[in-house]
Amino acid sequence: MRWLQDPILDVQHLTMRFGGLVAINDLSFKAGRGDITALIGPNGAGKTTVFNCITGFYKPTEGMIALRKPDGSHLLLERLPGYDINWKAKVARTFQNIRLFSGMTVLENLLVAQHNPLMIASGFTFLGVLGLGRYRDAEKEAIERAKFWLEKTRLTHRADDPAGDLPYGDQRRLEIARAMCTDPLLLCLDEPAAGLNPRESLELNELLLSIRKDHGTSILLIEHDMSVVMEISDHVVVLDYGTKISDGTPAQVRDDPKVIAAYLGVDDSEVEQVEAEIGA
Amino acid sequence: MNAPSITTSSARSPAVPTRFDLAAALKDSAKSALIAFGLSIPIVAYRTDQSGADLFLNPRWDMVAIFCAIVFGLRLAQHAFMASRAAREAVPSPTQATELVHAEPSAFQKASRFGIPFFLGVALAFPILIYLIQGGLNESRYWVDLGILILTYVMLGWGLNIVVGLAGLLDLGYVAFYAVGAYSYALLSTTFGLSFWICLPLAGILAAFWGIVLGFPVLRLRGDYLAIVTLAFGEIIRLVLINWVDLTNGGAGISSIPRATFFGIPFTAGEGGFADTFGLEFNGMHRMIFLYYLILALALLTNFVTMRLRKLPVGRAWEALREDEIACRSLGINTTNTKLTAFAIGAMFGGFAGSFFAVRQGFISPESFNFLESAIILAIVVMGGMGSQIGVAIAAIVLVGGPEVLRNLTFLQAVFGSGFDPNEYRLLLFGAGMVAMMVWRPRGLISERQPSVILKERKAISGSLVKEGHG
Ligand SMILES: Nc1ncnc2c1ncn2[C@@H]1O[C@H](COP(=O)(O)OP(=O)(O)O)[C@@H](O)[C@H]1O
Ligand SMILES: [Mg+2]
Repeated sequence: MRWLQDPILDVQHLTMRFGGLVAINDLSFKAGRGDITALIGPNGAGKTTVFNCITGFYKPTEGMIALRKPDGSHLLLERLPGYDINWKAKVARTFQNIRLFSGMTVLENLLVAQHNPLMIASGFTFLGVLGLGRYRDAEKEAIERAKFWLEKTRLTHRADDPAGDLPYGDQRRLEIARAMCTDPLLLCLDEPAAGLNPRESLELNELLLSIRKDHGTSILLIEHDMSVVMEISDHVVVLDYGTKISDGTPAQVRDDPKVIAAYLGVDDSEVEQVEAEIGA
Repeated sequence: MNAPSITTSSARSPAVPTRFDLAAALKDSAKSALIAFGLSIPIVAYRTDQSGADLFLNPRWDMVAIFCAIVFGLRLAQHAFMASRAAREAVPSPTQATELVHAEPSAFQKASRFGIPFFLGVALAFPILIYLIQGGLNESRYWVDLGILILTYVMLGWGLNIVVGLAGLLDLGYVAFYAVGAYSYALLSTTFGLSFWICLPLAGILAAFWGIVLGFPVLRLRGDYLAIVTLAFGEIIRLVLINWVDLTNGGAGISSIPRATFFGIPFTAGEGGFADTFGLEFNGMHRMIFLYYLILALALLTNFVTMRLRKLPVGRAWEALREDEIACRSLGINTTNTKLTAFAIGAMFGGFAGSFFAVRQGFISPESFNFLESAIILAIVVMGGMGSQIGVAIAAIVLVGGPEVLRNLTFLQAVFGSGFDPNEYRLLLFGAGMVAMMVWRPRGLISERQPSVILKERKAISGSLVKEGHG
């Protein structure tokens, strides 16, 4: 149970209300450092809302979200301003409905992601405008890093194309590459496999495993596709109507009657799919 | 994903000549101009004037030249238009097949590539050209004055382009910063006797400060709300200038603002003046030509800084902000500061232009800074193509220079009656121009976006992908 001993993310008693609607109800869970943690649940369970609270887009009504740095210090994410969650706490995310800078090239997208280090290198623009300082070198480095992630996501040949021109699967991978360019400790992916074909979905699994293995980035994943969840995650948290109903290893969650009931109560095709995939 | 790519690419390549053949177009336009020349010799070149019983032949070769130039320009524009339309029709729209929209360099882009050195050359040589054409310093006064006016608007357009075109924040009160710059110079120089070169940066800083002051309340506003508040800000500044009589002398304005000096040498007739120092014969035009190069330098500075900023992280953050603010925040970009810098830097250039305006006019009053000015500057940016530097320059020439040129075409008076003053129809022309633009080029003259950094190959980005921002 790595997530209990060395959590990177510790969510406690998180509650989010929108007027009368309780989107998240007293949710507590931990995500282990170096783990791939999956957050699953039927549509409308509140998964995206959890992400929005973690990444500072919503201010939680109640509760605490702590990020544990490798040195053991804590940062309380709900108290940081939105942009500092990426820059100071090193939490990056992707969006359920892809949000790329569609009128900018793929390479530009990846450079925007490295805004803060480049900003410092350009002397907060003052030196950069005058052509002084080490901005040129810093930009070269940033391009190298971008090239690395382009290679990794197999997008090198599209580097100079506008991001809005890419096919859907490429856009999903570009969003992951862009998030990784911020050099995060925790990567939050909101349904990264949605709309991918089986081959692309397999590639995505490999990409995520390699991100975890080669970069030590922990991953928090929202996913509908059970085959992805069961195959690559170390830890699964199940939400239903904003409440946690199960928490454990994929094997434990698979056999949890509450989980099966939650999915049973939703939608026949989804149940069949789950049953086929987990072999229940 | 493969099937549509095969069909569309085969349909595209052979049938239509999508590339714009500039050489052929130039040749054809030259031919048309030659024909126009031939036709105008018997019709336009000489006018018969009756004086008493005698009939005089008055040569009007300048008219012939203007006619030929117009024919040449129109023919070239027609070629460019046809080529770009052919290209547009040949390329499937992005909604049909997202994979295949390659941003091929379009006619306008090619024209702009060839246009930049051309425009720069013409701008640099303009006073000399005019001197040669008009055959004297005093005769060229009107044209140099017009050049100064156009360049002022080019500079204002480029300044506003930072806010509207790059950062995507609609600012309807840009003239406020122009006013701040003008009054800064006027007040600092008349009260403290500071020279223009000291006041210029101060005016820029003050305008930038007011840019930030405006920026704070509007940070959270979008779209229509942002437009209304910036509009109000422009009016507030003007009303303050009218009503704060102690400081600004109210509606009467500030007069006898110190004139520009040539780095300390005044343009006066007497001893120690510019003409005397350089051993020239005194002429008021020296000052005009100096002002012309001053505003040219300021405009080029604006352009240079903007181009630089686009390649720096702030510039990319501005454009990213225009594309998607939420994604920006998720990448650690402080959107508040980024918007404020856009307002501040845009305002700074407005302030520079304002102090130039004050030093050129020698007199300023609040009436020079009404909403119409903001509207004209915004129209220049929108017509030019938001974010495109060369497009803004062309739009400024057309919108500001156009009516003036029309006034000089005497045959218009023959058609519309002798009292015809095209300047009075300026707004009508504006409106017609804007409507025409929205029909044919809804994203401005040059809508393609040039990437700020490239890995292997420069490809322009089709305007249909570039967002306009949320305000
Ligand atoms: N900004 C919001 N305002 C009001 N209700 C919201 C908001 N965001 C999410 N919700 C509600 O919260 C619930 C959970 O939504 P969400 O987190 O998107 O679910 P999912 O698990 O499918 O990602 C839904 O009922 C949704 O309508
Ligand atoms: Mg969701």
